[in-house]
Amino acid sequence: MGSRLKLFLPLILFAIMAVFLFRGLSLDPQAMPSALIDQPLPEFTLPVLGEDRLLKRDELVGEVALLNVWATWCSSCRVEHPYLLQIAASGVPVYGINYKDDDAAAGRWLAELGNPYRANIADREGSLGLDLGVYGAPETYLVDARGVVRYRHVGVVDERVWQTILQPLYQQLNAQGSGG
Amino acid sequence: MSLALLVVALWAGSALAVIETYQFSDPALEQRYQQLSSELRCPKCQNQNIADSNAPIAKDLRKLLYQQLEAGAGDEEILDYMVARYGEFVRYRPRFDGATAVLWLAPVLLLLAGIAAAAATLRGRARRAQQATPLSTDDEKRLRDLLGKTENDS
Repeated sequence: MGSRLKLFLPLILFAIMAVFLFRGLSLDPQAMPSALIDQPLPEFTLPVLGEDRLLKRDELVGEVALLNVWATWCSSCRVEHPYLLQIAASGVPVYGINYKDDDAAAGRWLAELGNPYRANIADREGSLGLDLGVYGAPETYLVDARGVVRYRHVGVVDERVWQTILQPLYQQLNAQGSGG
Repeated sequence: MSLALLVVALWAGSALAVIETYQFSDPALEQRYQQLSSELRCPKCQNQNIADSNAPIAKDLRKLLYQQLEAGAGDEEILDYMVARYGEFVRYRPRFDGATAVLWLAPVLLLLAGIAAAAATLRGRARRAQQATPLSTDDEKRLRDLLGKTENDS
């Protein structure tokens, strides 16, 4: 009896491995949990792109908003851009963090492709990016009305990402805000 | 003139390709820089440490590491700073806690499981050897005959 069972051991091991490997198919190896989830948005005081003023963290906080890290050197940002325009047009506050970019180039980009952003933070040295734990562009953060980071998406925000992940969270956070 | 320009252009190109070097005020700092930069994982290219990676983020982190070392920060302080931003993931030797316990304990547990399996197998084999019924006298004689035959043949 015992030895009969032992014959099935390779099959059992294979089955266990298959389960893990199958799960691995749908995992993104690049996905990395953000250390900032459920942490307050870091403090910053940085110039606004194209304007002669500074923007502080506290001016940004107060409503549920998206924070989009982008740059003109980032080719995926160009792919993402039209969809951001759509999201912004639907009334969602979108702020930009122009990450390690050239102000003039960024200005041209917005003039040419349209501007979905309420305001753009010019993070020329990448200091805010560092505090956020940004490791590439585009990245998009969902910040709640109290200025707590609730979600980070690394990569292009497209219709699928918005409708399956970001929008439900956005609506849920807004409902919580008006309810409580 | 144009040759000089060409040389300068080529030289600049190769200088860009090389990972930058920093001048440290103290050789001990340089040693800690080497140590820490090989222990910190590049968040973008996840199978490389920041010492080996050419990614812009790794370059930024090296610069930051240099600045912090020169400013007199301790190893723990620097690692805490990095972990606060990039998560425990950024360390190749993560702290022991709930999430990383399986990483730290798995090798020990697997080793113990292996030893247990080996011990069980060996014990089972020894028991079977003891229990083996000895050959009857006839069989033993036949065996000796057969063995003798082959030996004679060769």
